[in-house]
Amino acid sequence: MPTKPAGTLYRGREGMWSWVGHRITGVVIFFFLLVHVLDTSLVRVSPEAYTAVIGAYKNPLMALGETGLVAAIVFHAFNGLRIIAVDFWKKGAKYQRQMLWVVLALWLVAFAAFAVRHLSLALGGH
Amino acid sequence: MSTDIQNPRSGKIAPQYRRGTGSKGNFEMFAWLFMRLSGVVLVVLIFGHLFVNLLVGEGIHAIDFGFVAGKWADPFWQFWDLAMLWLAMLHGTNGVRTIINDYAEKDATRFWLKVVLYAASFVIIVLGTLVIFTFNPCPVVNGVQLPGGFCPAP
Repeated sequence: MPTKPAGTLYRGREGMWSWVGHRITGVVIFFFLLVHVLDTSLVRVSPEAYTAVIGAYKNPLMALGETGLVAAIVFHAFNGLRIIAVDFWKKGAKYQRQMLWVVLALWLVAFAAFAVRHLSLALGGH
Repeated sequence: MSTDIQNPRSGKIAPQYRRGTGSKGNFEMFAWLFMRLSGVVLVVLIFGHLFVNLLVGEGIHAIDFGFVAGKWADPFWQFWDLAMLWLAMLHGTNGVRTIINDYAEKDATRFWLKVVLYAASFVIIVLGTLVIFTFNPCPVVNGVQLPGGFCPAP
């Protein structure tokens, strides 16, 4: 009976999944960026148009969306710095796995801090 | 368990494995380098942007026309936002270009997806740049001040 292949360094492991995460978060951020430049451009149409559309960002459902967006941005940022370390640091490739766990730990701390502050501002009574 | 990871092969590539015509020069290398350099700068610019706009004071509730007017009265924030616009758009456009090259298998599909991508990016970069530098805190249309603007007392 043939034995299963022992797996590879990359496929199905931390390296591959961090790459998948980096791609998905990157695309999400890019499409938000297109919309965000368009909504900000309304300052050039009229003060009322801008304030009305930006008001849409202030409802509770959007607050959750913004929190998710920041989760994507923070992951993409920290994992991007890890990619730079893999490429430019002599021991980067050797420690890429450990660096991913550091990325995830920092992501959790930064994201939790943001979520607590932003959601209490956005959902808090006003 | 420790594994030695060999350096990628470099140097001459056998002719049967060579892709394309080889006339692209160093574009891909510069694109690769740009992603890393712009990435580091964008971490600072975007974290700063999020902190100042969402975490300080009243957070998102403070954002309205007056908030933008206050920021863009200062050239510091104009250039901050300009740098963020250009670097993020070029970084994102190159990222999506890579994804299109990876997944769109037909030549024509790849070509047209990239035409749409470059057109959209061009419009957004030009629009954003014009908005930052032609912004008027006291817009007047046909001699009438628009409501909500920041106008000097008559």
